[in-house]
Amino acid sequence: MGNQLNLFPENASTFASQVDYIYLYLLLVCAVFALGVVVAIVYFSIKYRRNPTHTAIQQVEGNMMLEITWSVVPLLIMLTMFGWGAWLYMRMVTPPKGALDYYVVGKQWMWKLQHPTGQREINELHVPINQPVRLTLTSEDVIHDFFVPDFRMKRDVVPGRYTECWFEATKIGSYRIECAQYCGTKHSQMIGLVHVMSQADYDKWLSGNLGAETADAAGKKLFEGNRCDTCHKDAPDARGAPLWGVYGTQVALRDGSTVLADDDYLRESILHSTAKVVAGFEPIMPLYDGQLTEEQVLQLVAYIKTLKAKPKETQ
Amino acid sequence: MSSHAATIRPGPERSDKPSYLTDGHTLKSWLLTVDHKRIAILYLAAITVFFSVGGLLALLIRAELFTPKGDLFDSDTYNKLFTLHGIVMIFFFLIPSIPATLGNFLIPIMIGAKDVAFPKINLLSWYVYMTGGSMAVLVIVLGGVDTGWTLYPPFSSTYSNTNVALTAMAAFVTGFSSILTGLNFMVTIHKMRAPGMTWFRLPLFIWAHYATSLVMLLGTPVIAITVLTMAIERVFHVGIFDPTAGGDPVLFQHMFWFYSHPAVYIMILPGMGVISEVIACFTRKRIFGYAFVAMSSLGIAIIGFIVWGHHMYVTGQSTYADIVFSILTYIVAVPSAIKTFNWTATMYKGSVSMDTPMVYAMCFMGLFLIGGLTGLFCANLGLDVHIHDTYFIVAHFHYVMVGSAMFAYLAGLHFWFPKITGRMYSEGPAKFGAIIIFIGFNLTFFPQFILGYLGMPRRYHFYPEEWQVLNVLSSAGAMTLGAGILLSMLNIGWAIVAGAKASANPWMAKGLEWENASSPPITANFDEAPIVTEEAYNYPAQLPSAAHH
Repeated sequence: MGNQLNLFPENASTFASQVDYIYLYLLLVCAVFALGVVVAIVYFSIKYRRNPTHTAIQQVEGNMMLEITWSVVPLLIMLTMFGWGAWLYMRMVTPPKGALDYYVVGKQWMWKLQHPTGQREINELHVPINQPVRLTLTSEDVIHDFFVPDFRMKRDVVPGRYTECWFEATKIGSYRIECAQYCGTKHSQMIGLVHVMSQADYDKWLSGNLGAETADAAGKKLFEGNRCDTCHKDAPDARGAPLWGVYGTQVALRDGSTVLADDDYLRESILHSTAKVVAGFEPIMPLYDGQLTEEQVLQLVAYIKTLKAKPKETQ
Repeated sequence: MSSHAATIRPGPERSDKPSYLTDGHTLKSWLLTVDHKRIAILYLAAITVFFSVGGLLALLIRAELFTPKGDLFDSDTYNKLFTLHGIVMIFFFLIPSIPATLGNFLIPIMIGAKDVAFPKINLLSWYVYMTGGSMAVLVIVLGGVDTGWTLYPPFSSTYSNTNVALTAMAAFVTGFSSILTGLNFMVTIHKMRAPGMTWFRLPLFIWAHYATSLVMLLGTPVIAITVLTMAIERVFHVGIFDPTAGGDPVLFQHMFWFYSHPAVYIMILPGMGVISEVIACFTRKRIFGYAFVAMSSLGIAIIGFIVWGHHMYVTGQSTYADIVFSILTYIVAVPSAIKTFNWTATMYKGSVSMDTPMVYAMCFMGLFLIGGLTGLFCANLGLDVHIHDTYFIVAHFHYVMVGSAMFAYLAGLHFWFPKITGRMYSEGPAKFGAIIIFIGFNLTFFPQFILGYLGMPRRYHFYPEEWQVLNVLSSAGAMTLGAGILLSMLNIGWAIVAGAKASANPWMAKGLEWENASSPPITANFDEAPIVTEEAYNYPAQLPSAAHH
């Protein structure tokens, strides 16, 4: 109590002012419309108020020009709202190349986060300023939602699949992470903090938290530890589909269709290998559903993404 | 135009036949009635109970949110409070409110029929509603449910430890009362119109209910399937929505909103119908652009079926789907704008009288403006990423569902009160109540727009201290709103027992229910079957000498 009354959250990412501008544009247009209608209603209520000598009621049936005008003009104005919002949204769902990859796992009622360099945190995330940050999100249980109001950024965290979002922080400070999708008892306490630091401070923070492996290094260990390399090997007689350079390409399946090898596809193929079998291979891979934690799957996916195509295929 | 020849009939002299209220006094004559008017009263009584329960739950929620920490309830109890508030208000108050009470009572009379097309199905729909309602009460008695009214899996189907399956079945069963009512209205409007009552002579209240019936008939089966499959997953562990069993949680949201977005129009369209009737009567004008207002109801009902994905921008559904849903959502705003402009234009050169129903209608106009226009914020892709699932949304839909739908319901209850009861309420307390409700409502929900933009998510039990000022304002508003509603209910309740006798047409309004039926109507509605020879709202240029005031 007693704090000054703010109308806007902090402006701490590249999206923040963009979203605020749309908000202000809509506020302005809507205020003009609403005021216009309210003024007309009040004016008519007074000017045409009933009195006993009133004999001048005039039946006006309607007016086609008016109807067209007040349908088309609002529609055109609303299309500008749509266009601006869609333009910004396309930017929000398209992380720039070279963004730092962080991994987020939500569970009742905490956030587990991992850095590109392997450091792990719970309910806290340290990121460098002025650097695009891409988050890959999933949940271990129910649907959550990763929301940082000061960044104007939000994405559902859905079990069984990956979602992604990105931001670029523009202001040093600490900002609330909130769970915005109702998730049970302590939904309102599923709170974290993003700490935005200068690059130097961030490097210092990272070096003070050594000892962790990167996600893909941990994934490599898992890959070998689970003997994935027995079948998924870079050899002509491999019983498992080749993984080198597969990420981001179109993969031909046994049923004749193709699928984009993105994070979600890799995840599904690890956990439910029989769902989409690559052309030329048998559905013989064991199902790892329930055998691996979401974090382990994320690490495996991170490792597979590092496997680059060999310059010369040994076909 | 024939308005020079137009007259207003003061309504029939008191008939020697008994009114629907005095035609049988036993409990059985009420519980086994097939008279649409008595069924409307049965609905009214039940809905009033559910509305009171839902309102009480709202007051408990707002009482808790006076402070940032949970002082009154633990988090589990708080979660049950908002869940039950949503379920009771949506399924047991808002959806049936105007159609099942005013619609049931008025549709046959307004089109000049003796009853609805299927009177026994009409009674059945009330029993189905009461069965669903009893199941909801049982949920409360057994300890409640904590999933939020949206029942999202896998939380609902796997993780919640409360009475989810019973709640789903309550919604499932209640849905059938909605389907039966919609079916009945649609057939009634098609087949039972009096001679001369052509489609474009129908009061706009009828057009609005026709559009509503369409949504009820086509949409409700989908929610029934959705909640049933969720309950099946929960009870029998069949993987439909839970990803650990091979299901898809986002599929549930598609199915849920395929009904639940059109359901918003089930709640608001009948209210728009009420507002058209009230504005015509209290300006003594034909509704400006009658055909546009009528067709915009159908437009809303049809386009409303293809905008559901705007509830799901941040779920990770296809970006192209997001874009299509956004543009369709902007398009569905056009018919609402058309209605608003036409209502405003109706007042032009009219004779405006601010009786209680008109006061409610004017409040409706202001609140619907805010509710509708803030919908444009939520439809906006870039902006919705920020305001989605925050108090901005809570404020937006309360402006539509309470500010608009409930105000229209109160406008209608006051407008047709003399027709339904044969008595008149006291104007002073009624107007005073309306003003208190209006002030309380805005104080409750306006600060929530700001809270939402600041980033307060909905369904939060704890919140940071810097948001307390706005939350205290909102809670104080809720208490004011509660007091206003209580006052209005007492005023109406008192008028039912002790109000002055009302004439058949106390507002000197046009329409068969005023000009051809007594107050209260006889069981068969009319002494002789009416024949319609004029357009709707054919008000004369002169004020009738017997007009109210």
